[in-house]
Amino acid sequence: MWKTVAKHLLSRAAEARTADPAVVQSLREKVGASKLGRSLAIRHVSAGSCNACELELRATQNLVHDLTQYGLSFTPSPRHADILLVTGVSGKNMREALLQARAAMPEPALVVAVGDCAVDGGVFKGSPAICGGAGGVLPVDLMIAGCPPSPERIVLGLLALVEANGAPARAAMPRREPR
Amino acid sequence: MILLSHEDWKARQGRFIALWTDARHAYALYEPGELVAVELVDNAYPALTHAGAGWFQRLAYDLNGHKAIGATDTRPAIEHSRDAEGRGPWPEFKTPEIEGVHQVAVGPIHAGIIEPGHFRFSVVGEKVLKLEARLGYTHKGTLGMIRGKSPRLAARFAARVSGDATVAHSIAYARAAEVALRLEVPGRAVYLRAVMAELERLANHTSDIGAIAGDAGFAFLDSRFALARERICAASAAAFGHRLMMDVVIPGGVAGDIGTGGAVAILDALDALEAELPSLKRVFEDYASLQDRVVGTGIVPPALAAAYAAGGYAGRASGQTHDARLLPGYPPYETFALYVPVERDGDVAARIRIRLAEIPESIRLIRDMLHSLPDTPIAIAPPTGSGGGLGVAESFRGPVWYWLRIEGGVIADVFIADPSTLHWPLLEHAAATAILADFPLINKSINGSYSGVDL
Ligand code: SF4
Repeated sequence: MWKTVAKHLLSRAAEARTADPAVVQSLREKVGASKLGRSLAIRHVSAGSCNACELELRATQNLVHDLTQYGLSFTPSPRHADILLVTGVSGKNMREALLQARAAMPEPALVVAVGDCAVDGGVFKGSPAICGGAGGVLPVDLMIAGCPPSPERIVLGLLALVEANGAPARAAMPRREPR
Repeated sequence: MILLSHEDWKARQGRFIALWTDARHAYALYEPGELVAVELVDNAYPALTHAGAGWFQRLAYDLNGHKAIGATDTRPAIEHSRDAEGRGPWPEFKTPEIEGVHQVAVGPIHAGIIEPGHFRFSVVGEKVLKLEARLGYTHKGTLGMIRGKSPRLAARFAARVSGDATVAHSIAYARAAEVALRLEVPGRAVYLRAVMAELERLANHTSDIGAIAGDAGFAFLDSRFALARERICAASAAAFGHRLMMDVVIPGGVAGDIGTGGAVAILDALDALEAELPSLKRVFEDYASLQDRVVGTGIVPPALAAAYAAGGYAGRASGQTHDARLLPGYPPYETFALYVPVERDGDVAARIRIRLAEIPESIRLIRDMLHSLPDTPIAIAPPTGSGGGLGVAESFRGPVWYWLRIEGGVIADVFIADPSTLHWPLLEHAAATAILADFPLINKSINGSYSGVDL
């Protein structure tokens, strides 16, 4: 145990993360009325990804990126979800399932498109097999671009959503690099 | 390519890898890279009886409308017959006619952060009698998007066929293009590609082993292995400018040299993994409650793996010795005396052990390669030529094959065979040996790519 404590004392402090104030402001204007608070549950749906966006999305939960510390967690049930997080293009074959997932969520709900595919179809733009990005099927509140976006970028994007929905945070939480 | 008569086509023996059609021919690919063809007659060709041929024949019908005469399985592969609103009929899933059997439907949206697909289980109590996987949900029209593009542009699509194996797909694609255009890739590019491919193998092996343990309730292994993956991804970004090394491998070489400090970042990540691996391995081996979940679960018998020519850890855990890095083999692996672990138990535990054994080997390869990087250019520009070619690369889950026909600098036709195509039927078999609660473990241990087969 002493080894663990010593290791922790030796670990470096990590940079605190703060959301881009401009993004927070525009989100607050758009969805601020929803007042969902600072603890948001996410239902992820891949509507036709290459699976790399899922890898990075999963990486947001690891010891380095630690999404959960911001009050964000993933839930398997759309009934418990505040955020529908879509990755991948909206494939024609997934359109119905995507709409059903959205319909199963309690209101108010937010829709986030993660990755270039979900933003506008990405490299697959124009393919006859797809309805475009998530916006081709649903109204989207926030887009996080990148192919795939890094976990850091996903966390910052979602953090903006937390800031826009809740009372301002007290000081940013101190973090340490995991060892 | 050898053009066969209909009789010879049907009688052909060997380890079947893939089948596809173009406007005039049906093609079949056998290990270690023999391509045979028959002419289409009235948009049809004789069906092959190899276990693995089913999905490819269904796909050829959905993509090109070419019928396999005599095929027993004519279910749609990726065609879901959706209308403009995305609605369409549900297929019928046949249940074994035994008293007390009911169906459990899972997906297309799954509980975890993964790709979509539908699983239909027929169960008696907990026992799974049958699993039918319905795929095609991630169909994006990739093959159609590649046609008509230059080899350089099309590389972006090859890199996005299956994101977890983006490097292997890019290498297989680039090698097919290089054969077609008779290009000799400079030595440094060959080494850098292999370094990236082994990093990709490590990233996937670590996170997948952790995820299986996590599903069995061992969150500790999950977070430690996820941290190992994170370090590898961060090092990959430092070395190659992208955490998953997407779009770095291009026809003719690689898009950029290894960055300053990149090699050090990679070696540090490897050292950290190597230092922690023995203790993580001990947790995996020593906890009876974990072993209880994985030993004897989801068995793929060697004969079945052989019938499907299973590659990667799915094949090697079931007695298959095949590894595309050795057979047909491609540079630079011949220089490094590759060791390929093989087991015969064919259960979830064996698949994990194979992957655990592949980790130190990939670490060794990367170190050796980084220490002997040739001092050559990193790429040569592809000429605007014509030609056809096959390319292969061993992804973390098995061999990825690309077939290309290039005409006047533009890709006229393409086919992509991800190893998952042969692994999905194995999952259907393995699931039917276990109880429903073990399915997540079995599924993760085989880890087929959805996007890689939905093309
Ligand atoms: S945005 Fe890029 S990484 Fe994400 S699903 Fe699309 S192609 Fe894959």
